[in-house]
Amino acid sequence: MSMNSPLVAEQATVNVIMLKVLAALLPAIAVYVFFFGPAILVSILLASVAALLTEAAVLHLRRYPLRVYLLDGSALVTAWLLALSIPPLAPWWLVVVGTVFAILVAKHLYGGLGNNLFNPAMVGFAALMISFPSHMTHWPAPDMLAQSHWSFTQQMDFMFGGEFPAGDRLDAITMATPLDTLKTQLHLDREISEIQSGKIFSILSGKGTEIIALFYLLGGLFLWQQRIISWHIPASFLAAMFGTAGLFYLFDPGHYASPMFHLFAGGTMLGAFFIATDYVTSPTTPMGKLIFGAGIGVSAYVIRVLGGYPDGVAFAVLFLNSAVPLIDAYTQPRVFGHAGKWFKGGKE
Amino acid sequence: MSEANYREIIWNGLWKNNAGIVALLGLCPLLAVSTSVVNGVGLGIATVLVMAFSNGIVSLARSWIPREIRIPVYILIIAVLVTIIDLSMNAFVQPLYLVLGIFVPLIVVNCNVLGRAEAFASKNAVFPSMVDGFMVGLGLTLTLAVLGGMREILGKGTLLSGIDLAFGASAKSWIITVIPDYHGFLLAILPPGAFIGLGLLIAGKNWLDQRKSARVEPAQASQAATAAA
Repeated sequence: MSMNSPLVAEQATVNVIMLKVLAALLPAIAVYVFFFGPAILVSILLASVAALLTEAAVLHLRRYPLRVYLLDGSALVTAWLLALSIPPLAPWWLVVVGTVFAILVAKHLYGGLGNNLFNPAMVGFAALMISFPSHMTHWPAPDMLAQSHWSFTQQMDFMFGGEFPAGDRLDAITMATPLDTLKTQLHLDREISEIQSGKIFSILSGKGTEIIALFYLLGGLFLWQQRIISWHIPASFLAAMFGTAGLFYLFDPGHYASPMFHLFAGGTMLGAFFIATDYVTSPTTPMGKLIFGAGIGVSAYVIRVLGGYPDGVAFAVLFLNSAVPLIDAYTQPRVFGHAGKWFKGGKE
Repeated sequence: MSEANYREIIWNGLWKNNAGIVALLGLCPLLAVSTSVVNGVGLGIATVLVMAFSNGIVSLARSWIPREIRIPVYILIIAVLVTIIDLSMNAFVQPLYLVLGIFVPLIVVNCNVLGRAEAFASKNAVFPSMVDGFMVGLGLTLTLAVLGGMREILGKGTLLSGIDLAFGASAKSWIITVIPDYHGFLLAILPPGAFIGLGLLIAGKNWLDQRKSARVEPAQASQAATAAA
């Protein structure tokens, strides 16, 4: 199967690729359900329905054939990635607004699949993050850490009606994420080792979330083995983040978390294997992919550690998305019979 | 100057060459200030006044201004008018003036103002020039009002919020709550909302124009066909 970027021409190929991407996410989703309860499945379902309805409406307006484009699965992948980036138990309208924004604005206003400059799921995420910061930062605690356990119906009451079970508060089921905790505690002049002895931390990063990250990694390796994605973007992304985090860590281990922590915290794994590797919004040449991935790794670390937002992967991906045309222009392989390196192409 | 020419000036200023959505000039204040209807219209009116009078004065003085230094002279004239507006707003509608901040003095460098002085007022008589400046400014104000309205409804769920800044506390009751109990969609108020909103307005205008020309062309084609027959 050839893996070149313009995939729109081969409908069946897009279809198969997207299904494999969804399949690669399933193990991680199963682990997610194990740690956080089944509410995430409802989020994914909501996002999928919203994405397909929006996609169908826009395709109809643009007079495109519905069946072919609707069944290519790309809208579903966007929906799933967005749903997995939003805190589970987020109110239903948050998921819907984000998905509609992703499909309508980020994908179709830019020309639809194959033409969008920015990763739709991450545009949806960024729009939600800057519009509804408090909803987007209330992450539930994994099951073994939560003070109270809500049944599935209680979770649904909260998602769709905003109602708490009697006598309960939101604090009882939410907690600061490991990245958040690090940031706030560091401001209180505590040392990393002291903070990481807290109960929400584990060997790699946070209890529960590190296992999910591990399964994203496994799913990513499956995609690589299936030749759906090449190794360049994930490898350079992870290496660059590891390297940057390592430098800071060597410089001052008391104030900067270990590089391993950063690889398994927040959205690093999901971003490296499933988000940054989106064909449409990443460079085409191997060299370009290496630059792109490394750029995301470094900027995600910088935004995450030195910036104001809890995680930087989404913003780093969007930032490097905007650099893709430039990267592509500078990494064109030399055309046989033409002089000069890259696209300078002058006379000899 | 004939009736038809005035009609053309008005049509150009308000729709055909609308400063905000066709010429895309002066986007900095357009994007920054259009967070609500009141802010948008406030800056719009200030711009209308400056443009009408700057066009008038430039036209009046056009035979004495040496070509080589015309731009500095225009800017000087515009700067004087903007200073007058700036001080008057500070005196009479100070709360609104404080909200608009730097964008009132920045009208000096709004390309629409200099653009109309150079493109129209330096070649035409005083009264048509004033009408032109007024109409281009009004076109910009309308764009600001529509964009401000869109962003305000989506972002805050209200219309005319901040009207009390211009008309005193008693005007607070004029504020219309479009969507009650609204969480607020901050994106619409932030700069991305301005860019996306302006893009939608431009698309909307092009769509209307296209629909119109699509309706006209078949009619012309059938006329031509009957003429040929």
